Amino acid sequence: MLALSRWKIAVVLISVIYGLLFSLPNVLPDSVLAQWPGFLPHQRLNLGLDLQGGSSLLYEVDTDALKKQRLADLQEEASQELHDAQIQFSGLSSTTGVVALKISDITQTDAAATALGKVGGTVQGSGREVLVTHDAVGNFQIALTQAAIQQGVRNAVAQSIEIIRRRIDLLGTKEPDIRQQGTDRIAIEAPGESDPQKLKDVVGQTAKLTFQMVDESAPAQAADTVVPPDDEVLPDEEKGAPFLTVKRRVSVDGGMLTHAQQGFDPQTNYPVVEFRLNGAGAHRFGQVTSENVGHRFAIILDNKVIEAPVIQSPIIGGQGQISGNFTVDSANQLALLLNSGALPAQLKVIEQGTVGADLGADAVRAGVTGLAIGAVLIFAFIILAYGLFGVFAALALVVNLLMMFGALSMTQATLTLPGIAGLILTMAVAVDANVLIYERMRDEANSGRAAMAAADAGYRRALTSILDANVTTMISALIMFSFGAGPVKGFAWTLSIGVVTSVFSAVLVTQLLIGWWFRVTRSKTLPIA
Amino acid sequence: MSGPPQIPSQFQPPIVSAPRKSIWPFIHFVPRQTHFNFVGLAPYAAILSVLLVVASGVSVGLQQVNFGVDFVGGTKMEVVTTGAAPLGQIRGLLAGMGANDAEVQAVGAGGAAIQFRSVTGQSADAAPAFVQGKLQAQIPGLKVTGISEVGAKVSGELIWGGVEALGVALGLTLLYIWFRFQLQFGLGAILALAHDIVLTIGFLSITRIEVSMTSIAALLTVIGYSMNEKVISFDRLRENLRKYKTTPLREVINLSENERLSRTIITGSTALLALSGSVLNPASALFSLTATMAFGILIGTYSSIYVALPVILLWGVKRDDDEPAAINFQTARR
Repeated sequence: MLALSRWKIAVVLISVIYGLLFSLPNVLPDSVLAQWPGFLPHQRLNLGLDLQGGSSLLYEVDTDALKKQRLADLQEEASQELHDAQIQFSGLSSTTGVVALKISDITQTDAAATALGKVGGTVQGSGREVLVTHDAVGNFQIALTQAAIQQGVRNAVAQSIEIIRRRIDLLGTKEPDIRQQGTDRIAIEAPGESDPQKLKDVVGQTAKLTFQMVDESAPAQAADTVVPPDDEVLPDEEKGAPFLTVKRRVSVDGGMLTHAQQGFDPQTNYPVVEFRLNGAGAHRFGQVTSENVGHRFAIILDNKVIEAPVIQSPIIGGQGQISGNFTVDSANQLALLLNSGALPAQLKVIEQGTVGADLGADAVRAGVTGLAIGAVLIFAFIILAYGLFGVFAALALVVNLLMMFGALSMTQATLTLPGIAGLILTMAVAVDANVLIYERMRDEANSGRAAMAAADAGYRRALTSILDANVTTMISALIMFSFGAGPVKGFAWTLSIGVVTSVFSAVLVTQLLIGWWFRVTRSKTLPIA
Repeated sequence: MSGPPQIPSQFQPPIVSAPRKSIWPFIHFVPRQTHFNFVGLAPYAAILSVLLVVASGVSVGLQQVNFGVDFVGGTKMEVVTTGAAPLGQIRGLLAGMGANDAEVQAVGAGGAAIQFRSVTGQSADAAPAFVQGKLQAQIPGLKVTGISEVGAKVSGELIWGGVEALGVALGLTLLYIWFRFQLQFGLGAILALAHDIVLTIGFLSITRIEVSMTSIAALLTVIGYSMNEKVISFDRLRENLRKYKTTPLREVINLSENERLSRTIITGSTALLALSGSVLNPASALFSLTATMAFGILIGTYSSIYVALPVILLWGVKRDDDEPAAINFQTARR
């Protein structure tokens, strides 16, 4: 194993150069980096909120919109209940902050009250969600209680926080802070970025996707065109008419999606979003499309029509594609939003700014100093313990550090103070690999083997342990990366990089150095034996 | 750097330090073969482990862990000052008035966001006004522009996602160890890891170290290090089981642990040294994190010898195991 094969030298050299190139922007001053040729890496380490601060966004759940949406649902329910009870009514609306209607036959007042009593759910701890009132001439009102509105907001905030976290996690490991503030606000802080546009793009969009049939009998000219009560007029983003009349009834919605991804249309080669529906969704979609061959259906995102194709043939199987006017980026973004789910309510940005580091400068300095001392102690200890071979291990550790910083800069993973502590511990585990190798060499030399053979066997026999230990760590890291969220994900990423670079440097780099040392000195003894 | 000529014999007695060896490198002074009776101490260790696990359980049951603002939320106060906000001064004042988990962040040019979980000696309702009064009295020109309750940074999904991830990771690790070694090795490792996790949580509970987002990182690091220890230990044991097919298991375990003792000491010292700079300075932002990690390294090393291996010893191992998966002596010897 100590033979100095060309490929080993080449691999090590290339890795060292890559590590250097990608680490370099971190130590160069801005002026030099600005003149850096374009093909060289420019990215610096992405430091976390605790170390460098970042941008902050304060969102508020749009309570009015939430209330309106709930009232619209209740209106639908009320209509259904009265139909079921065979009660005639008129003037059903929900525009005045309550659901209002008038029954046609006053003698049915009691029956109507019973039917409407079934509308709405319950609020935890305070009874029914709605209050139904009526007067002597058959005017009914259904109002949301204060407790119901509060619960609605509470739920919307809690759900939004989870969905936002999922969306930001899908963007990569940015390690944001997301938390509730007050009753109806969500504060988001993300490291770095002075202009959090990308963040706003993925957080601000509700991403409510619905498939509704187009009402071809009622072409709309303007937003206020009068249409049948079962229809609604929506802005159309496709070329052609500016508005489109669609049926209010939702055939399939985004909640029935199991997966979405960016793809390309096989015919036109334009970027599209491909999606897959769950069992119920596929069934509904199949049914609706087979009943409506030759008619148009609309794909609606956040109340805007993005596509309204004619159904050519029944779509069974629950797979399909959306081909609005996408670029690869916007198709990817929509897929991300669809995968993480729709926000339960619209969010409004009410504050935007920058924040300083979480930790005080003194605390960060003390932390970094402590870790630097730790790193120096590792180097000193390994050199003291193993002499010249310790120097080789220390050099391998330097290569390891270069590669780790290079990889972290390249992938733009977020480095937090605990992340740095994790890196230092990764160094300790990297040293462990060298300790294992050297201890094996000592065993071999002491059982009478010649120096070079002992060194060679040391590598060979330690390799099983090293690989077993690191494969185990890698399994855990990859699982934590794919299942975990937020900081767990970031930690797992740093750990995986550390595993790969430490095995590489501890095994391959020291091997070259020791092989080269034997070749130069022609030593007959092992300095550590 | 010259050593004594090697005597080509398998039966050469272990030499601790031979004449003519220089002091440096000091690896020469680490005994190559020791004869500690590790297994002999196992019953006492078992009692110790049970006591520690019970103590951890009792402490967590009685006083939980000291959840920080990351987990339980707190009060956020936005202030503006004339000129740049004196962050250090504000931080000092907060510490002086007994604010727990205080965090001070610069906001824009002349502002700061202050955050705390609670104030010792003040009710939750009175705390914001108390802090506001104190700050305004001490820093002229400071105005409070907003006070609000903030929720936890760590949400339910985050915790359950993490626990789920950990569960799956441990499960797969068990399978991998089963595949590479034997089932009882995997179970020993998992039991030892559970032991480490319980004790580390107990450590957090007893020391009242504030549990924050970084504590999750500490716990994961502890698990990673501990797993590394277990696999290294198993590897040596497996090798010796193939080498000494008729020696009783407890002696093979003793031999293996003695053989890898110098490695255990050197690697353990390296890891502890790496953390020492932060552990020894309580003012460091990393003190609680590194203290937890250092505890975990000690416990992880201990549990490799005294939890994982005793499980294997009690269960027994298959000794006719000849699969060529591991070390191949013939190739090595050539």
